[in-house]
Amino acid sequence: MDIHEYQAKEILSNFGVEVPAGALAYSPEQAAYRARELGGTKWIVKAQVHAGGRGKAGGVKLCESDHEIQEACEGLFGRKLVTHQTSAEGKGVYRIYVEAAVPIEREIYLGFVLDRSSQRVMIVASAEGGMEIEDISRDRPESIVRSIVEPAVGLRDFQAREIAFALGIDPAQTSQMVSTLQGCYRAFTDLDATMVEINPLVITGDNRILALDAKMAFDDNALFRHPQISELRDKSQEDPRESRAADRGLSYVGLEGNIGCIVNGAGLAMATMDTIKLAGGEPANFLDIGGGATPERVAKAFRLVLSDANVEAVLVNIFAGINRCDWVAEGVVAALKAEEVDLPVVVRLAGTNVEEGQKILARSGLPVIRANTLMEAAERAVEAWSNDSERSSRTRSPR
Amino acid sequence: MSILLDRDSRVVVQGITGRMARFHTREMIEYGTQVVAGVVPGKSGEEAEGVPVFDTMKEAVERTDAQASLVFVPPPFAADAIMEAADAGIRYCVCITDGIPAQDMIRVKRYMRRYAKERRMVLTGPNCAGTISPGKAMLGIMPGHIYEPGPVGIVGRSGTLGYEAAAQLKELGIGVSTSVGIGGDPINGSSFRDMLERFEQDEETEIIALIGEIGGPQEAEAADYIREHVSKPVVAYVAGLTAPKGRTMGHAGAIISAFGESASEKVEILSAAGVTVAEHPSSIGSTIAEVMRRRGT
Repeated sequence: MDIHEYQAKEILSNFGVEVPAGALAYSPEQAAYRARELGGTKWIVKAQVHAGGRGKAGGVKLCESDHEIQEACEGLFGRKLVTHQTSAEGKGVYRIYVEAAVPIEREIYLGFVLDRSSQRVMIVASAEGGMEIEDISRDRPESIVRSIVEPAVGLRDFQAREIAFALGIDPAQTSQMVSTLQGCYRAFTDLDATMVEINPLVITGDNRILALDAKMAFDDNALFRHPQISELRDKSQEDPRESRAADRGLSYVGLEGNIGCIVNGAGLAMATMDTIKLAGGEPANFLDIGGGATPERVAKAFRLVLSDANVEAVLVNIFAGINRCDWVAEGVVAALKAEEVDLPVVVRLAGTNVEEGQKILARSGLPVIRANTLMEAAERAVEAWSNDSERSSRTRSPR
Repeated sequence: MSILLDRDSRVVVQGITGRMARFHTREMIEYGTQVVAGVVPGKSGEEAEGVPVFDTMKEAVERTDAQASLVFVPPPFAADAIMEAADAGIRYCVCITDGIPAQDMIRVKRYMRRYAKERRMVLTGPNCAGTISPGKAMLGIMPGHIYEPGPVGIVGRSGTLGYEAAAQLKELGIGVSTSVGIGGDPINGSSFRDMLERFEQDEETEIIALIGEIGGPQEAEAADYIREHVSKPVVAYVAGLTAPKGRTMGHAGAIISAFGESASEKVEILSAAGVTVAEHPSSIGSTIAEVMRRRGT
């Protein structure tokens, strides 16, 4: 789960990381008022969206008066901000963070990630702050400092000092850098984060070390023990279909094709999408109904897939281990009876209780197209879809 | 004997009284697996599927001499259950549970390192379908009937995609020595590399099928290992050719976040290491058959 910059800054500051003075606003007038409260003569107005690259996309503006703040905010509120990390549609701006501008001497990149090779937390830092980490690794790889934290003892001070010295931090500021690193690490582990990124971490003209931007992401699997983090979820930043799926215990990712997929298991779901593509079609979505799916959950999955207006055929591919084909078949029948589905539906069942599943489908009398293998299922779905779209003279939009 | 599991492996099921655990315990027993105990704290003295239940893993191991365990415990408590198995002297543990926090798994791996390598429990999963040595024993949730005994060692991140491969092989009359699921989580007990090492040494395995997907460095690490240390032929399939970058595709670990983590990059890396890559999921079986035919096995 992602959170907003202002929320990440509040969390990190509770762990001893210094951040610039700032305040949140929900309207241009409120933003101007907040700026006056903060004091000073220069402010940064920052659109709060769950995506990086806001600066280049026009989501961050330096303002020097009330009027400039209001004007900047009017251009942002309610708009969709499109950055290189969002879809072409962009993400809506409903909150703006106003910060007092600070004099910057140096910019540093600082990131904490779960490193899958060492299977531990890794700190990634670079003296080239302000650039994206992808660009730093491409253009200035020698500037990157990496350090892996031993989970038995956590981040040691010596390790944090090594990073500070490698970044060329003034010795007088080492202890402040150490407490910044320690604060981030504690926030990461205490709150089950999967990522903490401060870019840039700045050293100011008056020798303070401040997190000028902050990003945090959290482990969805650990939210059960962090209710205060779960509350920060902002559905306005999510694809509505994906949020609905998540609320129903389904894992869904919307794509741009026409063949809806309902599959059990993430690997098989990806393989099903790949096979549709090989058979000449385009998948409309990734959907894993998970283990132990009940008939109700299958029916919900059907409704979810059919809620995508682009879907013109549905492919159900179940290889049951922890699932049972008879339950899946009951779910398919229930969904097709409840909704008036006039799209071709291809069902391929294999594994546990497959005979019962096939019987349920046959007995239902519904016009379900059955297939025995994945390739056959994909071919039939693509064939049914192209016949169907020819009939309704819909044209296929190439991606 | 096959890798990890054999006819004589004595198995304890952790969390045996849950609905799913009962269903699959029954399936495992029917398959011929020696399920000798279950563990659920507070339920000692009860029976589940004809198997005695104990409060603790230590007690279960002492009383039944179990060497392997299968974890069906819910995510908040699963890491603790794995550590309890390691502490009780279990040699091989499969964790089925999906949804364990990544930092819990970091702690599990740290905990397991308390033991010297030769005494350390082997863990596969979490978030996997388990391990089966066809005709001998099954430790997991897979449909046993789709596997025939034979020379192919299967290792994969996705459970259902592993079934797909086994079913295609059966259709072609080719069997499996052992199929191991290493799971779809970013922090897991065993890697592709660990299992390749075992299959390379296993007398019953003549050819290895590696089933990968997008995200993480494991396929690239496997390629490095294959180039240097694996003499047996390896066939691979990598799922997620159509997966967009930066999106989690179901498995917590299935996300393209760095260079070399997309399906096409992994295919390239594996091919360069001499691995024969199946182009689509329906051709995993036929690609294996073709490689076997060429090698005259």
